[in-house]
Amino acid sequence: MSILVNKETRVLVQGITGREGGFQTERCIEYGTKVVAGCTPGRGGETAYGVPVFNTVADAVEAQGPIDCSLIFVPAPGAADAILEAANSQIKVIICITEGIPTIDMMRVKRALRDSNLTLIGPNCPGVITPSECRVGIMPGSVFSKGRVGVVSRSGTLVYEAVDQLTRLGIGQSTCVGVGGDPIIGTTQRQVLEMFNNDPETDAIVMIGEIGGTAEQEAAEYIKGNVKKPIVAFIAGSTAPPGRRMGHAGAIIAGNTGTAASKKAALAAAGAVICDSPAEIGATTLSVLKERGLI
Amino acid sequence: MKVHEYQAKELLAKYGVPVPNGRVATTPREAREIALELGGPSVVKAQIHAGGRGKGGGIKLAANADEAEAAAKQVIGMTLVTPQTGPEGRLVRSVLVEEQTPVERELYLAALIDSSTGFPVLMGSSAGGMEIEEVAATNPEAIHRVSIDPAAGFQPYEGRQLAFALGLTGDLLRPAVALMADLYRFFVEKDCSLAEINPLVVTKDNRILALDAKLNFDDNAAFRHADILALRDKDEEDPLEVRAQEEGISNYVKLDGNIGCVVNGAGLAMATMDAIKLAGGEPANFLDIATANDPQRVVNALGIITSDPNVKAILINIFGGMARVDIIAEGIIKANEDLKLNVPIVARLAGTNLEEGVRMLEASSVKCERAEDLGEAARKAVAAAKVGA
Repeated sequence: MSILVNKETRVLVQGITGREGGFQTERCIEYGTKVVAGCTPGRGGETAYGVPVFNTVADAVEAQGPIDCSLIFVPAPGAADAILEAANSQIKVIICITEGIPTIDMMRVKRALRDSNLTLIGPNCPGVITPSECRVGIMPGSVFSKGRVGVVSRSGTLVYEAVDQLTRLGIGQSTCVGVGGDPIIGTTQRQVLEMFNNDPETDAIVMIGEIGGTAEQEAAEYIKGNVKKPIVAFIAGSTAPPGRRMGHAGAIIAGNTGTAASKKAALAAAGAVICDSPAEIGATTLSVLKERGLI
Repeated sequence: MKVHEYQAKELLAKYGVPVPNGRVATTPREAREIALELGGPSVVKAQIHAGGRGKGGGIKLAANADEAEAAAKQVIGMTLVTPQTGPEGRLVRSVLVEEQTPVERELYLAALIDSSTGFPVLMGSSAGGMEIEEVAATNPEAIHRVSIDPAAGFQPYEGRQLAFALGLTGDLLRPAVALMADLYRFFVEKDCSLAEINPLVVTKDNRILALDAKLNFDDNAAFRHADILALRDKDEEDPLEVRAQEEGISNYVKLDGNIGCVVNGAGLAMATMDAIKLAGGEPANFLDIATANDPQRVVNALGIITSDPNVKAILINIFGGMARVDIIAEGIIKANEDLKLNVPIVARLAGTNLEEGVRMLEASSVKCERAEDLGEAARKAVAAAKVGA
């Protein structure tokens, strides 16, 4: 088992005919992901990378049968609309890669999805990968390896960084999830921790947070009462100056909230092992796994 | 994006928020004319994108037009240092000349997004005129919040809850609720990340008025707000940051160290800064090159970094996902030719199309020290900067 996606997952790509959407769709197919349909309004009837393209998500579902997951590359001005179109067809897992969606649009999306049983990952995220089974996103597949450590991160490139370190040390991953760097995201780190906690094939969790907001503190609250599996945490942005947005719209220290120090303290108090250096995530995980007899 | 106080007030006034009468002036003479138009005593307020202006001497009271002119003469052209500008301060280029308002009470009101729920909130405080972070730390019970359902939008009962909590009762109740509705409508329609009125005042003659206003706009929504974009004042921004944006690098923040960083991804860019610090160095900037997959963008990034005279070494840290290492390598090679780079470069490359990128770099005349991982890259960059310094 794993979380969110596996080798059976049937994937639709929204924005399949775009430059990045196309390039990444090919990489997903090469990895072994079951891409069963694409959607680009006005391009219905075409084929891209051997996959039939439809005008609407509804058409894709009608023609191709059940679709479990949608991967969205639609440009920012239309991305919120694309998410809601996937939701309207009851696609259970919606993964939105798009960066730069207006926050007000995401506020409406979040409200619309609130009472549904659908899971939105992202936006502004690298997607989800279950190594050797299914890659639904933009991550470099070659650095991932199958195993029993779950990885969750706000940043995409820090997923690759952490996983590269793990893989080099022979530590494989169950599933890796980038939840996204925007102020409003569909699924929080706390929710992904809960999924990993309930996944019998995940033994330990690497969590990568960053400055801004209170998502790591909320994750710490959950860890405290619920998670027995070991957690290694790194928080990016210890050296970031306050009041400046560090790339991610959500990564800004406002007053005393959102600092790396406050997040590390909350996670440490909840029992997570804090890794101060981004270069030591793999080594720290290795020593924790050894300590717990998990390797 | 930020705007000046006078622009914020003009924008809010169009949505019905009551503000004092006044206008902006760029010369003492204009300030005099505005004060004459207003009639009575006025206040002359320096217009810069930073708070705490009063403490730095940027806000002056004037009894008549002569005094307004004299105040403007003092303030326009001064370098105003406030707790928010840093020690270098900001040059004042314009002043807002406004009628003086006799104040009975000062409050705080803001619309923002609560990131833990993803819903907008209206936040009010009975301790106006203070930074809200300070109120939260010292007097949290003074802060009241109402969460707004974005599907239904702002409802008058939500406004009444907040108004009663802030003591805006009697004749003030209706105008207070109307003001909140206007503020919320503005916040949503104009894609704000923060719309703050501080202080919101009750006047001696029992009116409510936005005495100061601060608006931050969501850069991601700029494409649909040409009117807001036209208000941008590049004089208020760091020149290198402005140049970075013009050259397609939206995520550059200048810092004080001597190791220039080119990284893909905001998280990795922050972590790279952290690694440099842990290795005993200081980053010169935050720079996320994002995933444009355009070699020219790499050239531009290196051009911006090397025009900072403090930079003694460059650390390029690319972990290709959507970004491709071969395209980054093409950019480094082009930058080396175009810019005649003469600071040591440490490159850590990994991920998508790595082999091709490394082949290209090795076949080129670029002198860069390769590093296998982030820790090694940081150590090598710190060592190179020490030699260069």
